[in-house]
Amino acid sequence: MHRSTLDLWVGFFVLAGLVALVFLAFKVANLGSAFSNTGSYKVQASFDNIGGLKVRAPVKSAGVVVGRVETITLDPKNFEAVVTMHLDNRYSFPSDTFASVLTSGILGDQYVGLDAGGDDQKTLKDVGKIAKTQSAVVLEKLISQFMFGKAAETPEAKK
Amino acid sequence: MDNRRKRTLPNQVRRIGFPVVNGIWRMGYAARFLILTLAYSGVSFRRFRLTVREMFFTGVLSLVIILVSGLFVGMVLGLQGYDTLQRYGSADALGVLVSLSLVRELGPVVAGLLFASRAGSAITAEIGLMKATEQLSAMEMMAVNPIARVIAPRFWAGVFSMPLLAALFSAMGILGGFLVGVVLIGVDDGAFWSQMQAAVDWRQDVLNGVIKSFVFGIAVTLIAVFEGYDADPTAEGVSGATTRTVVTASLAILGLDFILTAFMFRGVG
Repeated sequence: MHRSTLDLWVGFFVLAGLVALVFLAFKVANLGSAFSNTGSYKVQASFDNIGGLKVRAPVKSAGVVVGRVETITLDPKNFEAVVTMHLDNRYSFPSDTFASVLTSGILGDQYVGLDAGGDDQKTLKDVGKIAKTQSAVVLEKLISQFMFGKAAETPEAKK
Repeated sequence: MDNRRKRTLPNQVRRIGFPVVNGIWRMGYAARFLILTLAYSGVSFRRFRLTVREMFFTGVLSLVIILVSGLFVGMVLGLQGYDTLQRYGSADALGVLVSLSLVRELGPVVAGLLFASRAGSAITAEIGLMKATEQLSAMEMMAVNPIARVIAPRFWAGVFSMPLLAALFSAMGILGGFLVGVVLIGVDDGAFWSQMQAAVDWRQDVLNGVIKSFVFGIAVTLIAVFEGYDADPTAEGVSGATTRTVVTASLAILGLDFILTAFMFRGVG
């Protein structure tokens, strides 16, 4: 009799521990959304400069996460960054979709933004490659452009 | 060891050398002891009741302190985190701060430290007293292997309990952070959870935390059963062994944590 109450407590303990693990997995780490994936397809895009884009960064279209960045490599021939993304099978984009590296907020993480094009014949899934891309905005370049622009226009203003 | 006699020796070199040699000797003995425990742990799985009984003493009885500490650590994290984050206008990231610090570090480490002082010391005292009252020798006389019957079930019970306790600690801590951050201070409910879910990765953060707590469980329980088995069979010896368990296990947790963290989170930015 004593042993069975003891077993009950241990069972309760193990159950509580597992519930805590499930809580951490689904409520905290949001494992559920990874499982609901209905498969994905691979798309490549080349950028002149990806800035601070990282592997596993989100791919968003109209602000909705539609995929993740899988790998980032450097093309040894033309020295462009080749970003391989996995997009959710539920979403298909026209083949002339525009990809750009954007930043969420001022200090936020960088992500790949997709702007759907107008081609209704072929989709990205058929092509597997995004032709039109825009690089990340690098803050130093932006500042230097602004400074040179300012320096160039001052003599004009004096006249 | 008879430290008292050694300390009165005028030989200074010997006073330095003895602890060093003794430490190496004990380390080797502990390694051999671990192998013996693993080799004789068949009984603790065939007669799983033995392990379940020990899990009651190591796991269930540690529940209260783990849950209460987890809740309060989480609440303090909520207060302190909010105070710092709101200066930078990013109080919404409170959930990320609370959950990442708990799941990655505080959960396994603080639960491990509490486990070492709550369950580890009890294991050491129990086994040490069994040795002092010659119960272990009596078992050997009856052809019962004390390592298989006494040590191995306690070892496995500790190894199983520790990850569960750490997970409970983290979960309670996050609830505590939620309680203070959202219910008390009024951080946005949706931002708290959604930012947390976006930032915490199942494999990188949660699973690594579980692996950490598993390693700590092995280290703490091994130290506890070893110190008990190796204790001097006197009242003084048992009390010394209990103290050594808490000190050594705590240091082992902190040292192992640094090594594991260096392996797990290198290059994550």
